[in-house]
Amino acid sequence: MSTTLDIAMTVNGERIARRVEARQHLIDFLRLDLGLMGSHAGCEHGLCGACTVRVDGRIVRGCLVLAAALDGATVETIEGVSDTGEIRDLQNAFIARNACQCGYCTPGMLLTAADLLASKAEPTREEIREHLSGNYCRCTGYHAIVDAVEAVARQRNGKAQP
Amino acid sequence: MNEIIDPRSIDRPNSYIGKSVPRPNAKKLVEGRGQYVDDVVLPRMVHVAFVRSPHAHARIANIDAAAALKLPGVLRVFTGQDLAEHCEPWVAVLAHLKGMKSAPQHPLPPERATWVGEAVAAVVAESRAAAEDAVAKVDIAYEPLPAAVDMETALAPGAAVIHADLGDNLCFERVNESGKVDEAFAAAHRIVEATFHTARHTGLTLEPRSILADYNRASGKLTAYHSTQAPHMMQGVFAKHMGLPEGDVRVICTDVGGSYGIKVHVYPDEVAVAVIARIMGRPVKFIADRLESFATDIHARDHRIKGRMAVDAEGRITAVDVDDLTGIGPYSVYPRTSAVEGNQVVNLIGGPYDFANFRAKTTVVFQNKTPTCQYRAVGHPIATAVTEGLVDLAAEVLGLDPVEIRRRNLMRDGTYPRTSPAGMKFEGLSHEASLAKLLAMIDYPALRAEQARLRANDIHRGIGFASFIELTNPSPFMYGVGGARISAQDGCTVRIDPDGSVVAATGVTEQGQGTEAIIRQIVAEGVGVPIEQVRVITGDTLTTPYGGGTWACRGAGIGGEAALQAGIAVKQAVLKVAGAMLQASSDALDLVNGEIVDKASGQSRMPLVELSRIVYFRGDTLPPDLPRELMQTRHFITKQYPFAFTNGVQACWLEVDVDTGMVKLLKHWCVEDCGRVINPLLVDEQVRGGIVQGIGGALYEHCLYSPEGQLMIGSMADYLVPMAAEMPDIEVGHVETPTKESLLGAKGAGEAGTAGAPAAIMNAINDALKPFNAKVFAQPFTPERILAALGKVPSRWPVASSVALPLRTADASAAPALVTAPKAAAGTVREPGLFGRMFGRSRA
Ligand code: FES
Ligand code: FES
Repeated sequence: MSTTLDIAMTVNGERIARRVEARQHLIDFLRLDLGLMGSHAGCEHGLCGACTVRVDGRIVRGCLVLAAALDGATVETIEGVSDTGEIRDLQNAFIARNACQCGYCTPGMLLTAADLLASKAEPTREEIREHLSGNYCRCTGYHAIVDAVEAVARQRNGKAQP
Repeated sequence: MNEIIDPRSIDRPNSYIGKSVPRPNAKKLVEGRGQYVDDVVLPRMVHVAFVRSPHAHARIANIDAAAALKLPGVLRVFTGQDLAEHCEPWVAVLAHLKGMKSAPQHPLPPERATWVGEAVAAVVAESRAAAEDAVAKVDIAYEPLPAAVDMETALAPGAAVIHADLGDNLCFERVNESGKVDEAFAAAHRIVEATFHTARHTGLTLEPRSILADYNRASGKLTAYHSTQAPHMMQGVFAKHMGLPEGDVRVICTDVGGSYGIKVHVYPDEVAVAVIARIMGRPVKFIADRLESFATDIHARDHRIKGRMAVDAEGRITAVDVDDLTGIGPYSVYPRTSAVEGNQVVNLIGGPYDFANFRAKTTVVFQNKTPTCQYRAVGHPIATAVTEGLVDLAAEVLGLDPVEIRRRNLMRDGTYPRTSPAGMKFEGLSHEASLAKLLAMIDYPALRAEQARLRANDIHRGIGFASFIELTNPSPFMYGVGGARISAQDGCTVRIDPDGSVVAATGVTEQGQGTEAIIRQIVAEGVGVPIEQVRVITGDTLTTPYGGGTWACRGAGIGGEAALQAGIAVKQAVLKVAGAMLQASSDALDLVNGEIVDKASGQSRMPLVELSRIVYFRGDTLPPDLPRELMQTRHFITKQYPFAFTNGVQACWLEVDVDTGMVKLLKHWCVEDCGRVINPLLVDEQVRGGIVQGIGGALYEHCLYSPEGQLMIGSMADYLVPMAAEMPDIEVGHVETPTKESLLGAKGAGEAGTAGAPAAIMNAINDALKPFNAKVFAQPFTPERILAALGKVPSRWPVASSVALPLRTADASAAPALVTAPKAAAGTVREPGLFGRMFGRSRA
């Protein structure tokens, strides 16, 4: 049952090498093997988005990716993008707008929002809602999250807040 | 004391109460640096996975763990018999719910499994993965027993009785009656009636139920890291049932990833984890997976309510009569019990309205499904849907606008205190002001004009209203009088440290609502220091004052008042020392922004940090008998009213696609009155989040079962929840009627959104469908149900003869007979079939 493989990858800018079970998904690997607890598992069915992390620059559902398949990959988690300051404005907006309540969805939500803003400078509210629609949040009702993302888009474009 | 701080005055010094201050603990959460239970890792920690029953009802004939124990990493397998020796069973009844009964429940059932998903054996292994591998190898011989699945037949002659010792499947029954109901109906101008269903649904916290229990044999102490709303209650539960002194049990709740009432109950599998930790003498972790959550997190709101309302010719409500039936699973849930939801329904029906004759009956029955219990807004969405549905039916038959009938019947502002026909005591509500404010927000005439204009293009929009009341700040009348060790009082300890910073330890807990933020605001203002200097400790039974935790919207109203009083007490203690140091009367001094000042001139006399330095390190320089108690504890409990009721009104604007049955939410509004608003930013998001949970129940969420009692949902692809794309923007407004029971004046705000949303949506859908004379009353309002109401699709299930699903089955041609003249045969509103998923949304 436990076939293991040796893998090496870059996680949050650090090179790591580990022996992993073939069946272990990326979130369990990050959490159990690397101690990176910022990525959460909410369903492990690919449906809630809590496990969203970045692999080679693109967001993925960490629960649907096997760690063993990522030999040579570059992985970024909420801890990594927090340390680099890359999404500081989004994080600040989430705090200011109270778009984060229990915080369990928040790391995945932030990475998904960052992904949207990277490809679309000024999304409409509908586009924000659409892009975030694979990320479940039970606490906020989404309105505040949409407000926060909208505010950051405007800010990045040098526009005043409405 | 009140002159030291009066939250009622604006522009006071260090005023934080009433301001939108961000949450101090949000930064760690947005950086992924929170600490939820699953993030806690202890040396020698082992993991549990449970073997769960595939049968709704079966005798456990034999458990063979030999093959499982041979797998690598597997340490132990425990059965119900094994654990029963180490844990007293519990019976979840409350003495004040007269006649209530339930059966003893163990951590794992020693003899019978009574619902699909019930844990029947526990595998302990070095990793969760290894434990799960072994679960598949545990060989359990079951002898299936007849199951009581459908609540409608649970009391029928010949029904399978789940617990023979109880005699039947009746858990609790209550009739709440006042006035002369039958006379009022006999004399009515018109009577409207309908049968409502609220669907069994669940809280779906994104962080699943989680516990890490550690028993240290050397110290004899149990420590549980627990994702819970009520750490002190759980401390008592573990101690009592495991035979430990309460002082030897410590419950710590670190960050909690959502709760909404789901995490305030005693779950047998979680108790099993604590018992296993004690037996094994090492840390044991259990994190539920999503499938386990669906099958074992409490479900809620599985109700069928027949309701009727009598009105006079002037459009005044004269009587309400409802009959509620609810199925709660095989056990009442400990210690709050599963009868409270039905009890709340019969207490809350008709709540906003001024009328005299009232009868509400609830019948609470056992069945072989997942246990139900209190979930956010307990009973409120049910009572509100029934009440507001009937009010709209009455408006229709009288030819009144829905707003007008509410205007004629809402309890008048300024007529409080008063008691409702259901016996609820209201200190002060603001239904009329709230409705007026809502109407100012929505531009009602414009919406009606738009509705009329679009109808010409075959676009069908509807607007729905729902007035509601909400029960908050519960006193011991909720649980304590019934014998449950659930604290209605709460405490706060506030201290000043040598660096002049302030630490507040509170018995209320944080699950994302912002408890820590409001306690910080209140304490900063109470003491008189900058808010940045206040740290808050919550969620640890060893270090916080004994309290009830956070549920039933008590965090702000109860915990907040204790914090305010403790803060004020510390300020007075500081001023006493300051008076001695400055040779001034302490009455002439004040503490503002961390500075001791002259009260009259505002002139600074001394920084607080200097005072605390002297107190802690140079106490010798102070007069010997001068008290220098820079730490104070205060407790608060409500005394005059059993509950602090709040009120509000919601409106929903939506579009129904009459070809597909899809509902598109366009906009939602809520005006609510939670008394003093401590932090508008937090209150508004409580309301929004609550509304979206209500929307989930109204449109999407349903714990579906087969007639045999198989749970038909296993993932979030089967159990739909509100996602960002389908949700509307939500506007929130406030009216403030502070409670006079406390200086702070705060009532609860967390459940108002959920209380009113389903009713507003139902009324909006029925408003949109008006041209078609079609109506829906069974939640969730799926496309299939809407199309069936429109007569466009047949119901998927045959008519009533099916024993399993008689309620939800009806032919679509049975047009809703909504209105009856007095004494005429009562028409029955039937609702179409169960599975609405053929039109369900798909997700990328
Ligand atoms: S945990 Fe990966 S999508 Fe839910
Ligand atoms: S903040 Fe709790 S789930 Fe999103």
